[in-house]
Formats: sequence, C-alpha cells, structure tokens
Amino acid sequence: MISALFSILIFPGFLFLSTVALYAEYFDRILYARFQNRKGPPWFQPLADFIKLLAKEDFVPTEANPGIFRLMPLVALASSVAAFLYIPLWSVNSLYPFSGDLIVVLYLLTIPTIAFFVGGWYSTSLYARIGSVRTITQMFAYEIPLFMGILAASLLSGSWSLSDMAAFYAKNPSYMAFNVIGFVVSFIALIGKLEKAPFDIPEAETEIVAGSFTEYSGKLLAFFRMTFDIEFVVGASLLAAVFLPFGLTLGPILGFLVYLIKTFFIIALISLTRTVVARLRLDQMLAFSWQIIVPLALVQLFINIILKGLLKI
Amino acid sequence: MSEGDFKIPVGPQHPSLKEPLSFSVALKGEKILGVDIRLGYNHRGIEKACEERTYLQDVYLIERICGICSHAHSTAFVQAVEEIAKLEVPKRALYLRSLIAELERVHSHLLWLGIAGHEVGFDTLLMYTWRDREIVMDLLAEITGNRVNYGMNAIGGVRQDIDAPEIKKILEGVKTLEERTKYYIDVATEEATLIERLSNVGVLSKDDVLRLNTVGPTARASGVARDVRKDDPYAAYGDLHFDVITDDHCDVYGRAVVRLKELMESYKMIREIVENLPEGPISVRAPRRIPAGEAVSRYEAPRGEDLHYVKSNGSDKPERVKVRAPTLANIQSVKKMLEDRYLADLPIVVAAIDPCFSCTDRLIGVSDLDKNSGKVMSWEELVSYGVDWYRKNRGVDLSKLNESFVKGRKYS
Repeated sequence: MISALFSILIFPGFLFLSTVALYAEYFDRILYARFQNRKGPPWFQPLADFIKLLAKEDFVPTEANPGIFRLMPLVALASSVAAFLYIPLWSVNSLYPFSGDLIVVLYLLTIPTIAFFVGGWYSTSLYARIGSVRTITQMFAYEIPLFMGILAASLLSGSWSLSDMAAFYAKNPSYMAFNVIGFVVSFIALIGKLEKAPFDIPEAETEIVAGSFTEYSGKLLAFFRMTFDIEFVVGASLLAAVFLPFGLTLGPILGFLVYLIKTFFIIALISLTRTVVARLRLDQMLAFSWQIIVPLALVQLFINIILKGLLKI
Repeated sequence: MSEGDFKIPVGPQHPSLKEPLSFSVALKGEKILGVDIRLGYNHRGIEKACEERTYLQDVYLIERICGICSHAHSTAFVQAVEEIAKLEVPKRALYLRSLIAELERVHSHLLWLGIAGHEVGFDTLLMYTWRDREIVMDLLAEITGNRVNYGMNAIGGVRQDIDAPEIKKILEGVKTLEERTKYYIDVATEEATLIERLSNVGVLSKDDVLRLNTVGPTARASGVARDVRKDDPYAAYGDLHFDVITDDHCDVYGRAVVRLKELMESYKMIREIVENLPEGPISVRAPRRIPAGEAVSRYEAPRGEDLHYVKSNGSDKPERVKVRAPTLANIQSVKKMLEDRYLADLPIVVAAIDPCFSCTDRLIGVSDLDKNSGKVMSWEELVSYGVDWYRKNRGVDLSKLNESFVKGRKYS
C-alpha cells in the first residue's frame, strides 16, 4: 500500500513527472530561444511561473458555470498523470501493466483535450468558445492518425499491452525499422495534440487571444499549463516506448539515462519543428491530416499486416 | 443573422493589434460574413496643435505623428513650407533627406516582415528580422542621434551632415542587411507553411485598387505602379536609379514579395546616395515668417503616399495643416480583402497594409443640415461644457481649476 502510494505520488508518479515536465518546458523554451537567436529563460523559469500563477487570484466569469469551470483543469491534470503509470519507461514493464493498457493510455490522453473543450465552452467567452470548437475539430484530425500509427506497431507485436509490445521489440530490435512511417505519423499527430506550431490553431494568440484558456487565471490556469507540460512528457515517453524501444534491458540506472535521452530527443524534435514553420489555418490542417497523414498511417497498417503474414510472428 | 452566427470583437484591445482600432467581425463558424471597422480611439489633435505653434516647432510636432515613418511626415511638411517660402534647398540636403528616407524604409519594411511572421504564428521570422533591424536602427542613431524621431529635417535643409567614417559604417551595415534580406527572400519563397498562409489571402484586384485608391506596397502588389518617388520626384529621387517594384499576385504573399524586393532597391539607392553625395552646404536660412500661400506636398512613405497640405497667412504660424496618412487611404480596402475569408486570416490581412492607426485618426464633425441641430460654441463655452459634463457624469469637480485656468489665459 505504502509502496504503491509512493510510486503513484512520488516516483515515478506525480512529483517526478512534474519535475521532468517543468524541465521539459524549460528545455523546449531554451531550445526554441536558441534556435531564434535569443537568450531564453533561466532554468527555474517554468517553476517560477507555476508558483506565481498559484499565488494569483482565481477569477471565474459571472456567466460561467463555476463547478465545471473549476473542475476541468483538475480532470485534465489527473488524467494526463494517470496515463504515465502505464507506459514502460526504463524497463520492459510499466508500473501497473495489464493486457489492453495501450487503449487505456490513448483514452486517458484524450481526456485533457475534452477538458480543454468543456472548460473553454463553459467559460462563455466568445474567444474561448471559438478556441474550444477549434480544439475539438482539431482533435478529430490528429487523434485517428495517432491511434492508427500506434496500433500498427502493436499489430506487429500481436499485443495490446504496452509492456508486452516493449518486450517484443526488445527481443526483436530490427523490427523497429518497419515502423518508421508510423513514427513520423504519430510524431506529427503528437504535435497536434500538444497544440504546438504549426498546429497551435486552438490557442492562436493573434486571432483568438488564448483560445479555451482566455478566461482562466491563477491556480486553474497553472493546472492547465502543467497539464500541457505533463502531456508533453507523457506523449514523448509513449512515442519512445512504442517506436524507440531500445535500452529497456540495460538495468535501472543506464536504462533511466537512455529513457531521458530518448524522451528529450523527441522534445527537441518538436521544438525544432515549431521553430521552422508558420501556423496553419484550421481548414489547411484538416486537409493535411486527412489527405496526407491518414493515408500514410493506412500504408503503415498494410505494411504491418503483410509483414505479420510474411514473418509468421 | 441566422442561428449559429455571432459577432466577435477584435479590438480596440487585442493581441494582434498594436494600436487601438475596433473590428466587429460577424462570423459563421470560422467564416467571416462581414466586418465593421471603427477608427478614432487615438485622436491626438496634432493638426490643430500645429496652428498654435510656429513653423519651427511644428517640424518637431509633425515628426511625432508616427514613430516609424517620422521622417516621412516631417519631410512632407518641410517640403510644403519650403514651397510656400520659395526656398532653394541645397542639393546635399536633398540627398541626405533621401538617405534617411531609405534607411527608414528599410527599418519599416523589416519591422513589417517580423509582424507579418508573428501574425501567422511564425515567430522565428519575427526574432530574426527584428534582430537585423537593429543594424539599421544603429545606423540611424549614429547619423542623427536618435533611433526614431530623428530630428533631421529643418525648414530649408537638414540639421546634420555625415562624414567619411559614417559613410563607411553605412556601407558595411547595408552589405550585411543585403545578405540577410536575400535569405529572407529565400525563406518567403520556399517555406511551405508560410506560402500556404499568405497565398490567395486578402485578394485585392487591380480594379479594386484603382477604385478604392489604395496606395503604397498594397497597390504595387496588385500590379499598379504607383510610387510618388517615380511619379512626382522629390528630394534626390529625380537623380537616383531605381525600379518601382510591382507584383501581380494581388494577395498578402504579393505584398510580402514587393516589400522584400523594395528592400533590395533601397540598399541600391543608399549606396548610390553615399557614393554620389554632392558637396556644399546642408541648409539655407529660412525666414521666421512664411509668406502667405498654400502648398500640397506628396511623399512616398514606407506605407504609401503621405500627403500634407499647409496654408500660410504670412505669420510665423500656419493657418491650416492637413495630414493624410497612407493608412487612411488603405483602410477601406481591408473590408474588401476580408470578404469570404476565415477568422484566422484577419490578423495578417490587416497587418498586410502595414497599418498605422494612430497616424490616421482625425476628429470629423458631421452636422446634419436638415435637422439644423448644430450649435456654434466659443472656446470658453466649450471648456465650461466639458468641465460640467465631467462633473455631472464622472463626479470630478474641476470648476475651481477651470476658473483659474480661464483667468490665467486668454483664448482667441
């Protein structure tokens, strides 16, 4: 009981995850700044921002539904933390593996997006409403390729458990190479999920102020921002576990280092992507997703189905 | 409006607007049904203030109409005054005016490029162009002593000369800027997401340009070669060799290309000016009282044609000064450009005319002659009316202050 609480709340649960998430935000921001020829923030900036927001007044609009308005940041934060517990990090086993945990992780990662939508919608601001509609429209565009990319990898391994998948790929490391298209598809979909450029349409500052979060302030905004940071790490860890499953049998210390390198490599790729592109329009994003990304994901599925027959796995 | 349509306010305070202006955008989903534009949040009364000051003071006041094209406004004003006073401005002064004008165009266009990048969520472009803009800002500070509001113009010439070391610095700076600008031209013509966001957005046909009297790069991007520097040369532009850049994309992409290519023309002109700088004095003595007369002066500001009208009654103060900033000519075209576009295009379409709303704001009283409800008030009556209004509506009692104010000063 106590060890379970320890692993959920402290390591590798909430506290550890929050620390890594804040560092990931710093890492992303400093890389983005250096790519842009700027100095960037000091290492404690994300933590300082978080503490500052916690100290600020919570402001709930008169027209908003106060219950839902206050609840949504917590729902988003809790579900993104929960998803982390089922991802294999530095060994082939996650904290609580069970058959079908892949579906649970994808499901838990969808909840924050729904929470952004509901929170934005119930805050009744015009900007927030447009932002939340954009959030939900965009979700339909990236969620399906993300699922298809990851399910293609699980198809090859013949299991819907992330831990079993990790074990399978650790045994047959050369099979990783078959999932390159899936990795690219999932990586692009992950950028959409994290609402980073070129898919930062739901919170396009110059168009709709801050999108769903326009009316949020203080602690509630701090939780939403923390959710984004945690989603950042969880998403990168998920991609690392599914598409880069090496170094899982190296033991705790070396494995932990390899895990960090893999995760931060994916974060650096996202920073690089958002440095070199402009924000797309919603219609362009939908067209890009359905005309290019989804067909690519389908190709990956077919490749893996055929491979499964050929290799007799 | 049917169900599902709603109006969203963009401005007067909004992250995409750098100055107060209000758009009331009627939306159906993401689609714009109509836009109402409202100006007038930043009226400063500069035209009236000019009538209360001497010509010399006005040069500095006029310069403060705009922070970015300050040299444009002050040059347009001194040109009009010089025309009334029939002053023969030395050639070196004219060349120096053109030099500052082109350096100003460089910093204004680089600033625009950064803003355009920011409006479409491409912040890297903003950071890069604004970093490079510092080079030209430093050059301007080196030559005139200020980064903006250079205080370079005087009636009858310019106030400061340049020497050989400054010319060397200008040439070095221009060389660096030219390389960087070539890189930005590559970025603008190759980066797929940027092209996606700018192409076919804010389309304004050649006919619309002529009908709506659009000026500056906005007009030139629709294939209308309208440039005061070529059409009605002032300062040194009659002697300089340059091309009027036009483009037939007719959209925001075309406007970006025109501005980028104009930068290259500006570098060419800056080189030509400093290499062929005539010797001689930099100003002639101007009389304090300007003889009676009136003049209109045109100037190609970075945003388009800037027009100043000055009327003199023979005293040391102008009787009337009228400024038509380029944004006033362009703002009407925004409504046309936004037809059938998406909300996401609004910031970049507005930014594409390179607006300067505070320079444009004027107070216009429209009286209805049929109803004849107008009332003529003296200055004292107007002051008392204002004070009473505020006391009644805002609870601020300024009547004591008002009395001492009225006693202490005579109003004409």
